[in-house]
Amino acid sequence: MPLSTQSQADEEQYVFMASLDNARNLSNILKAITFKDHAIFSATPNGLKVTVEDSKCLQANAFIQADIFQEFTIREDLVGFQVNLTVLLDCLNIFGGSTVPGVSTALRMCYKGYGYPLTLFLEEGGVVTVCKINTQEPEEPIDFEFCSSNVTNKVILQSESLKEPFSELDMTSEVLQITMSPSQPYFRLSTFGNSGNAHYDYSKDSDMVELFKCTKTQTNRYKMSLLKPSTKALALSCKVSVRTDSRGFLSLQYLVRNDDGQICFVEYYCCPDEEVE
Amino acid sequence: MDCVVTGGNVKVLAKAIHSLSRIGDELYVEPQEDALALRSVNSSRSAYACFLFAPLFFSRYTIPSGHAFRCKMAIKSVQAVFRSLASLEKTVEKCHIELDKQKSRLTFTLHCKHGLLKTHNLSFQDSESLQAVFDKDSCANVFRAQPRLLVDTVVHFPPSLEEVTVAVSDERMWVRNHVDEEAEQSKAMLTELCLASDEFDHFAVGAHNSITFCLKELRGLLVFAESTGLPISMYFDEPGSPVVLSVTDSVLEGDFVLATLSDDPNHRKNNSRRAHTPPPPPPDDFMNDDIDAYLIAMDTSIAPGPSATGPPTPSLARSTFSKQPAAANHKTRIHSEEEEEEEEDEKTDLDRPPNKKFCSLFFGSVLPSSSQMSTQPVTSQEVLASDSEDDT
Repeated sequence: MPLSTQSQADEEQYVFMASLDNARNLSNILKAITFKDHAIFSATPNGLKVTVEDSKCLQANAFIQADIFQEFTIREDLVGFQVNLTVLLDCLNIFGGSTVPGVSTALRMCYKGYGYPLTLFLEEGGVVTVCKINTQEPEEPIDFEFCSSNVTNKVILQSESLKEPFSELDMTSEVLQITMSPSQPYFRLSTFGNSGNAHYDYSKDSDMVELFKCTKTQTNRYKMSLLKPSTKALALSCKVSVRTDSRGFLSLQYLVRNDDGQICFVEYYCCPDEEVE
Repeated sequence: MDCVVTGGNVKVLAKAIHSLSRIGDELYVEPQEDALALRSVNSSRSAYACFLFAPLFFSRYTIPSGHAFRCKMAIKSVQAVFRSLASLEKTVEKCHIELDKQKSRLTFTLHCKHGLLKTHNLSFQDSESLQAVFDKDSCANVFRAQPRLLVDTVVHFPPSLEEVTVAVSDERMWVRNHVDEEAEQSKAMLTELCLASDEFDHFAVGAHNSITFCLKELRGLLVFAESTGLPISMYFDEPGSPVVLSVTDSVLEGDFVLATLSDDPNHRKNNSRRAHTPPPPPPDDFMNDDIDAYLIAMDTSIAPGPSATGPPTPSLARSTFSKQPAAANHKTRIHSEEEEEEEEDEKTDLDRPPNKKFCSLFFGSVLPSSSQMSTQPVTSQEVLASDSEDDT
């Protein structure tokens, strides 16, 4: 239900404005990256990118393209601000997040520019709630300099096959070790915990592996505490692409389908803990 | 050691491990020629469980050559291998268990669908053999029922209920929650169920006894039996002797041995079948210099039973020793090397059965030539705990 509570004049003040008939199409994907309170919002004419970082070693990005929104207006090339993601999610779910079919919360997100709060108009069943969330100076997201040309190993898997191992990972292990190789064991996740170590091996011939392009044997370790939050993104996704570059940096890209079947992406970048050859 | 479990048996193995985890924190593994033994015992040694898997349970069963291999490991680690029971059935094709003696590791490899291989290398410790001494065949009362009957009975009791009392007559079995005498009578609630003999597959009462044991530890077996559909057999004798519950089929046998409360004063006299023990001196005689006995007497304020001199003797296969617990807690405490640090009022002297306590179970030990062992000839293994710290 489109919101008609704003005047024409108001709309012209907004440097960025986006509407969604179903706020869940935004809130669900944001849940996949909510492991820290603060998020950097970057809006461009292409769409909205929300970034969350952890200790300069991990970065998660959620991409919601402009065409997912029912309305998407931006008056500058790049609009950036930082908000408390937890608060934003609470607001998006202010009507309790019911899953009754046909009932959804409509959202209009508006931003006047630097120094102004992020204003959310939420409506469900004729009731409108206005939320104003303070914004902060956006920090510059880290550029992990992960480029496709530098990718040494790439595997695309159906998320189904990774969901169980990821949820079973031995949390007493400080690291998650990922081995990718053109030869055995092809793709291996390993943990080293209190009671011993565990390995999850995926054969390149597995029907769960959609793409297998490994040029060089690489073994890298990543802090478990950094990667564990990616389990949420994995749970939402239907496919995941795992890539490592020559430095051992890890890129996890998740393909997420929202309630309306539209595709969004979530991506995680992680620095290796140490190089293990 | 190299064993392979395939198909539905993987889930059975996993369930057995999960039910053992309800008993104790450690899993004792002993591959023998005739079966793979998986055992567990609780910290107070009042509950013991053992699953034996015959070679036919496996599609491949090879045991280490040379001297007998025994190990123990944290049961949580093994449970982690078989975490999701629901998916085990759907995704696991076979489970391979291999021993790496050099690295002291037991490797569990799950071959799953879609080309996924899960390998768990679990470290273990060498251990003594763990074997409770019990003899089902000589029990006076023997019952067998479908698991549904016992599960439906137990569901009436709250999950927090510790102890349950089972009493039998020729045609009936009563099951009720055990209410401590010290508990507030006005706040206590008693629930009692009566089962008729025709609800059982087998109902043989030799003695009209009433036994009290810990229900919590039993629930693991009930879950296992229900999921595998195997009937549960129950064996018990007089109070003080352990109650044994078992499930068995052609390729496996599971025995849960639980200590029972000994609260029959008459029983005390007969309890010790220690033919060689000298008659006990009068109760308040602290002349034997046993500080433990003194502390116990002070603590429980129940006239301590006869004290005994000399090394505690192990029982015969059937009988159990009585032990001194704190009044409020019926768990037994066997004084052993490992459990030295336990509270004062749980000191050793096994030969003084006060009024009310759980009887401990005896555990076999692989200390064949221990000088502390009794002079009584026992066909199976000897008592583990009682002899280890001998003050007298």
